[in-house]
Amino acid sequence: MSRVQTSDTVTKGPRIGESALRPDGIPKVKGEFVFSNDLRHPQMLWGGTLRSPHPAARIVSINTAPALKMTGVHAVLSSEDTEGMPLYGLEHPDQPVLADGVVRYQGEPVAIVAADHPENVRLALEAIEVEYELIEPLSDSKLAQEAKAIHPDGNLFRKIDLIYGNSQEDGEIIVEGTYEVGMQDQAPLGTESGMAIPSEDGGVDLFVSTQWLHADRDQVAACLNLPSEKVRLTLAGVGGAFGAREDISLHIHLCLLALRTGKPVKMSYSRTESFHGHVHRHPAQMWYRHHAKSDGTLTRIEARLLLDGGAYASTSSAVLANAACFAAGPYRVPSVQIHGAVVRTNNPPCGAMRGFGCVQVCFAHEAQMDKLAIALGMDPVELRLKNALKSGDQIITGQTITGTAPVAEVIETCAQHPTSVGAASEQMELPGGAGRTADPKNIVRGEAIAVGFKNLMFSEGFDDFSTASCQLLDGVATITCACAEVGQGFVTLAQQIAREILGVEEVILAPASTSNVGSAGSTSASRQTWMSGGAVKSACEEVRIRLLSRIAESHDLDVESLVIVDGGIASLSSNFSISLKEATIESIEVEETYRHMPTHPLDENGQGDAHVSFAFSAHRAVVDVDQELGLIKVVELITSQDVGRVLNPLQLQGQLEGGAAQGLGLAVLEEINVVDGRILNPSFTDYLLPTALDMPPVEIAALIEQPEPNAPFGAKGVGEPPAISSTAAVASAVRNATGLDLQRVPIRPTDIVFSEKSEND
Amino acid sequence: MTSEIYTLTVNGNDYQILDGHPSESLLWVLRERLELSGSKNACEEGECGSCTVLLDGEIVCSCLVLAASAVGREIVTIEGLGSGNEISDVQQAFVDAGAVQCGFCTPGLLVAIDQLLNTNPDPDDLTVREAISGNLCRCTGYGRILEAVRIASNSRTVQNEEEKGK
Ligand code: FES
Ligand code: FES
Repeated sequence: MSRVQTSDTVTKGPRIGESALRPDGIPKVKGEFVFSNDLRHPQMLWGGTLRSPHPAARIVSINTAPALKMTGVHAVLSSEDTEGMPLYGLEHPDQPVLADGVVRYQGEPVAIVAADHPENVRLALEAIEVEYELIEPLSDSKLAQEAKAIHPDGNLFRKIDLIYGNSQEDGEIIVEGTYEVGMQDQAPLGTESGMAIPSEDGGVDLFVSTQWLHADRDQVAACLNLPSEKVRLTLAGVGGAFGAREDISLHIHLCLLALRTGKPVKMSYSRTESFHGHVHRHPAQMWYRHHAKSDGTLTRIEARLLLDGGAYASTSSAVLANAACFAAGPYRVPSVQIHGAVVRTNNPPCGAMRGFGCVQVCFAHEAQMDKLAIALGMDPVELRLKNALKSGDQIITGQTITGTAPVAEVIETCAQHPTSVGAASEQMELPGGAGRTADPKNIVRGEAIAVGFKNLMFSEGFDDFSTASCQLLDGVATITCACAEVGQGFVTLAQQIAREILGVEEVILAPASTSNVGSAGSTSASRQTWMSGGAVKSACEEVRIRLLSRIAESHDLDVESLVIVDGGIASLSSNFSISLKEATIESIEVEETYRHMPTHPLDENGQGDAHVSFAFSAHRAVVDVDQELGLIKVVELITSQDVGRVLNPLQLQGQLEGGAAQGLGLAVLEEINVVDGRILNPSFTDYLLPTALDMPPVEIAALIEQPEPNAPFGAKGVGEPPAISSTAAVASAVRNATGLDLQRVPIRPTDIVFSEKSEND
Repeated sequence: MTSEIYTLTVNGNDYQILDGHPSESLLWVLRERLELSGSKNACEEGECGSCTVLLDGEIVCSCLVLAASAVGREIVTIEGLGSGNEISDVQQAFVDAGAVQCGFCTPGLLVAIDQLLNTNPDPDDLTVREAISGNLCRCTGYGRILEAVRIASNSRTVQNEEEKGK
């Protein structure tokens, strides 16, 4: 049977390349869309979590009896009451479901309660008596490797020595710097929430907002000591994710309470609890030394990277791999010596956040490139272009880029794009806004460009796949895929793909669940357009092939002559035609599993073909800085991105703008302040997210469309790059404006007011 | 106030609140007692605007208002925008402009923008930014939201001019 081309399909609904609108848009604007926070059941109880107030302590005793006696309380559970596997973890189970004898970070769950009303939950949590014996917290990541182990697995999550090329020679020009990135929070607007409902078979149904239903299911089942088919997870409406929902939070707790009480139990974290209840972006300390020839050719990069993983492993080891593999930036470098480590401390656990290890190193390598440009007396854009990676080059892991790598294109288009901002005309537009009285005389403007890159999909030999099924019945396609829609717009894309391939108008999306389809993998690593998009595409293509051959057979036609057009099937060689509805009275259903090309582990020198594909982006930032008050206003962001192919221009723009906002946040606003293991600002009052007044327009200079070989539709994932080079560009523009040697993000007012001018200036 | 029966007027309908606890916020009562969960609860500390409702035509964070203090006042929530089954022009513009991603900030923003356009049908960019600066959105970076407001305000201006021309 020959493969039928998809290009002869004509359909009216928006297909690939068009700005299809979200199918959940109308319910969302009406306030009818049900988020996990909105779940409700007539018999439901409310659950709550008692968390350790201390970053490090031994638990001498827990007395739940007083809480159990209180009105409305149905269950109070501590580690003694759990039967399954006591530990969970995404890559390596090392985190207790409930603390057993010791707590390792402030906010670690110690006990859980179910009661009839949140107020009774609160009172019961207060009534639980826990006696702690305090331990001096290990809060300095630099001391972790030498310090006494704070966990049976030790204090080192992973170490990578990435050695590439032979030359150990010093370059003619050498620049050196030390850089630091603070702890950023994903701060999705929907807090962790969900509902568990006990089922008659002794199992449990969990409705929860998450990024990866099947990985959750496996961890939950193990910790409940239940076979996985008795634990069914269904995606509840997700209020944003950005990495915060890749790990387990309340999932197991909810199920334990539901199974214990025999009733549905709902939990919904408060904002403060959410800050304590999920992993954050790794704080990083980085030292770099760049070597170059006097013409600007990079000859060697040395670096030491230290990431603070906090108390438990989460995805720390993969984050470090990314930090190391992308440490040099999107440049050709013949020799690197990079030493990276991610360590365990009594700080809040860190894991996935948009950009995943690449954000931290991008800030550092781009600061280094600027320093080098100054030392060389060279234009920073020219320096970057001179060293820009291109397809066929090797990255520092020795992997040859076989796909597209339009680095020069993103740099050039971004650098050449005309700026559209004039001087601030109103007080409101000055740094600090109306609340401050900035004196325009103290305000300096700066501008800079930064470039970044990242791997798409999971790396290092991980068996990365997605599963989807397509059913075609009565001319309506139903797509079933467990891909977590977290706001990114996969639901829109899945419909576009089905319309493109099958020529149908109506495409129904079945609920994402573990009970009706295999794993779709995680909604992270910019992977779902490629992976679940690939699975949906394969399933639809197979349905199409079967449909056309069925029609060919039953009507004695040549399958090659059949096309899908205007909602029907027609033959090009006769006047046969049939509507899709009629042709699919008998249903066709296909399930397909999509895998990307295999990747390989890094060897002992950090070398290997560990990644599938790379995506590149550039940002140019224009900033105004009030040097006296130390306040920064980002007045414009310009970006170019390597996207492979544009599948939905509107959603793509949303990703570019939203990602840039998070990058801006890390550059000038957002930091979880941790002192001695304690979070000082777990609230939106003190953790500052960019508002509409902080966020400038994002100008898209260019979307570079060079179809990626092997990618479904040639499209690259687009979610993460916008959050990578944006931080570096803003920080660099502030340096450019002030002449200060700012080595840390977020840049705080005191960094500007009290810093020394850079020697290079 | 004591925990007696009281009545709230929401989107033109009267609701009796039985055994209301006096400490309950308006947001809580809307969401949990009246099952109007369109108003969101991203912070419950007055910092995010996801719970924005109108109280006698004024924008408030319903998480900061005691429910019992809203007796006798007109409350309008996201469920009260648009007329009947028809969504409002701003709601439609949000969908068309791509202003909705996860959608958690959306209801609060829509209430705030609806109020803005009712008092100022043709606001400039800075005015819109100021008006929504109390509404956090983590997904969009605000670009498409501002575009949605432009679309809605342009169509209102055209409409107003047509009406004037009649
Ligand atoms: S929930 Fe009311 S302002 Fe955030
Ligand atoms: S769309 Fe997700 S917070 Fe605004």
